Parts: sequence; structure tokens; C-alpha cells
Amino acid sequence: MTDYLAGEKSGSRPAQDAPEFQAVVKDVNARVAKLLSINGTKSPRYYHKALGKITWGQCGMARDKAGLEQAIRDLQALRDDFWKNVKVVGSGEALAPELERAGRVADFLDFGIMMCLDALTREESCGGHFRTEYQDAGEAQRDDAAFAHAAVWEWQGDGQLPARHIEPLVYEETQLSTRSYK
Amino acid sequence: MVQDNGKEPTLALKLRVWRQRRGQPGAFEEHALPAVPTSASFLEMMDMLNEQLIAQGKDTFAFDHDCREGICGMCSMTINGMPHGPIPGVTTCQLHMRNFRDGETITVEPWRARAFPVLKDLAVDRSAFDKVIQSGGFITVRTGSAPEANNIPVPKPIADEAMDAAECIGCGACVASCKNGSAMLFVGAKINHLNILPQGQAERDRRTLAMVKTMDDAGFGNCTNYGECQAHCPKSITLDVIAKLNRDYLRARVKEFFSSTGKPSKGGD
Ligand code: SF4
Ligand code: FES
Repeated sequence: MTDYLAGEKSGSRPAQDAPEFQAVVKDVNARVAKLLSINGTKSPRYYHKALGKITWGQCGMARDKAGLEQAIRDLQALRDDFWKNVKVVGSGEALAPELERAGRVADFLDFGIMMCLDALTREESCGGHFRTEYQDAGEAQRDDAAFAHAAVWEWQGDGQLPARHIEPLVYEETQLSTRSYK
Repeated sequence: MVQDNGKEPTLALKLRVWRQRRGQPGAFEEHALPAVPTSASFLEMMDMLNEQLIAQGKDTFAFDHDCREGICGMCSMTINGMPHGPIPGVTTCQLHMRNFRDGETITVEPWRARAFPVLKDLAVDRSAFDKVIQSGGFITVRTGSAPEANNIPVPKPIADEAMDAAECIGCGACVASCKNGSAMLFVGAKINHLNILPQGQAERDRRTLAMVKTMDDAGFGNCTNYGECQAHCPKSITLDVIAKLNRDYLRARVKEFFSSTGKPSKGGD
């Protein structure tokens, strides 16, 4: 970011009647109304804790293919359950911490699935992210031929799996090398 | 306190918690929590209460919090009449339930001060502090790449003093504890932090005058040396920052007076 915002001229932002802005307002209001209308039995915090348990267990410092696949299935089931059974008290008109929390947990559920998908796709061990299948006598085993790139995931809409885009890391002067911790 | 074979002791508590909607009068509501672990923080105890309320289909109590590790200044509860509770030098989030007794009734209120209107229940609007900071709580530097840290030497005693003042997390307990609702401890801490550092000199007088004026306009009261603020500040900021603020303010006013009568002021701005 550095001075990205400093150069911004005041008044240069799009106005609130821009169609993009209006579309977002509509989406947000619909989402708020949906969250408040479910009126199920479990609190947003219940889902937050369940999500944490899954990602901590299967997508922690050490992870493997079977665990990540299981985590993605579990998170999809948890997300479905959230949108059917969450209970959000308060209203959309006043300060409503539970509504805020529910919105965040809904995002975290999507993000948790993406995070596990990303870990599953990377069939190598890199730095602190240790895929237990990819090791060389206890050392993390990188695969630069297949994974010397930066990746981003693009949102594909509610309930859809995100799409992956990559940008290759091209080094002209330096050679990639592997650090040894031995 | 119930303790059975190695299990964590728990407390049965009665709570009187302030309930208020914005712009309407508020009142206390009474609730009971049967088993609060003594290792829970005060905010975790409030989380337990809120989960219990959700299970009963009732609205939760709104309260501010963020880091929960004593550094952000968001948590703001008056506990048994004391901002941040009974233990000196800790924020509400760092206060643990082991400091309370089994069977105790705990009263929980928001910050009470004219300049901090209640938003809902225990959450108050502290944007008056933001306005004070916006008016002068900064130094002007070119943004972009970070400057070399050792370009401007700072003598160690000055660095220490500035760091002590910079410990202020802007929580507002000083205002809430003061009979006059004065923000002098907060403003004093911010002014001292910047006014004694070499980097803060260029804007020193302008900063002092602007921050004091914004503080007065925001509806904070005057300081009459009760010292309650110092007793409840979770970062143990001491009253001497107020004395130094007064000194800097006087200096800036005198210089402003001479420069406004046409006589050149010497140095500074
Ligand atoms: S001076 Fe102390 S009590 Fe006042 S805002 Fe700063 S940290 Fe909070
Ligand atoms: S929640 Fe950040 S200081 Fe208490």
C-alpha cells in the first residue's frame, strides 16, 4: 500500500449513486435480512468454534490429503447447517454485535473452505506449511517445478468453489535453493 | 468457590448489567451465571452471559472489545463503579474472574461521560477522542518508503519518557472516572508523547493549541486535580503529563500572542 492512499484526491471516489455501490447495498441488505430471518437454534459463536476446531485439526502446521478432503466436506456441511439453523438476535436497525458476528462467521466459513482447498492443491511442503506426504527425512520437501508461483483464488458466487489463478515466480539472476535446518 | 479434585474452580455470580437503547433512558437488568470458571476473563464471562441470553431467545448485551490483550483500548466497562474494575493497571479484557468471590453481585455499566454517549448497553461512542487525535496527534512526514530509523538521534531519557506517554491506549477510563469528565490525562499523554521527541518539534505549538481546543469543543470537562484518572488508567499514566500539558499550552499561547501582535516569534512555529 505505502503511499497508495496518500495520492488519492478528495472527491475522486465514486458517488453513492453509482450502480456498483447500489448493487452492493442491495446485496448487503438482502444478506442481513436473510441472517435475521433464519431464527434457528445455534448461536454464531457455536459455528465459529466448530469452524475453528475443523481448520485447526486438519489445516494446521501439519496436514495431509485425506484430512484436507475431510475438512472441506465437514466445512461445507457446517456452512449448510449455518444457513439453516443459525440464530441471530438483535435487529438490522440498531448496533447488533450478534449480526456482525454472524456476517463474519459466514465469511470465515467460505474462507475456511478456500484455505483448505489451497492447502490441498499445493502438493508440496513449503516453509511452515507441512504436507506430511511431502517430506525428505523429516525435512519439508518443496516442488519448485510445479509450485514456483503465487496463487490467488477468485470468488465464484455463493456455494460455489472458488477458482485458482497463478502468477509464475520468475527469477533471472538468483537460483532457487533449499534451506537446510540440519 | 467450589473446587473438586483438580477441576477448575467456578463461581456462581449475580450480574446487574446496564441495558440501554440509543437516545432512550436505560436501566439495570439482573441475570445469574451458575458456573463461571475463575480463569475466564471478564469479557469471556460476558460472552457466557450473552450465549445464555441467545439460548433464551433474548437480545445480547453490546460491548466493545477487540484485541483482548490489553493493547487496543476498545474494552470499556465500569465494574462495581470502577472503570476497568478493581485491579490497578489492567484493562477489562485482562481482568480475570479469580479476582471476584463466589456468590458476588457484580454491577456492570458503560463509561459514563457527557462526551461519550451510549450507543447501546455497554458500548459508547468515543469518536470525540478520534477528533482530538485528528486535530494534532500526528507528525507530518512524507508517506511512502519508511525513513531510516537512525537519521534523527533521540536521547535515551527522552525516548523513555515518550514511550511511557505513548503507552496510553485511548480507552477513555480517565474520562469515565473523572467527576468533571475531563480528558486531560489522555490529551496530556498524547501531547507529551509527540512534543518531547525531535520529530514532534515542527508542529509542537500548533498541535498543543489544536488538541486542547478540540478537547474543549467536544464537551470534556476541566481538570480540578482529583486524580481519579491516574488511579484508574490501565496503563498507569501519571498526573505529571497534565502538568506538562499545561506548561506546553501556556508556552504556545504566549508565542501565539506575540506573533499575533506583529512581533516575530523566535523559532518553532
Ligand atoms: S490516559 Fe490511561 S485511562 Fe486515559 S485513555 Fe489513555 S490509557 Fe486510557
Ligand atoms: S480489548 Fe483491547 S485493550 Fe481490552
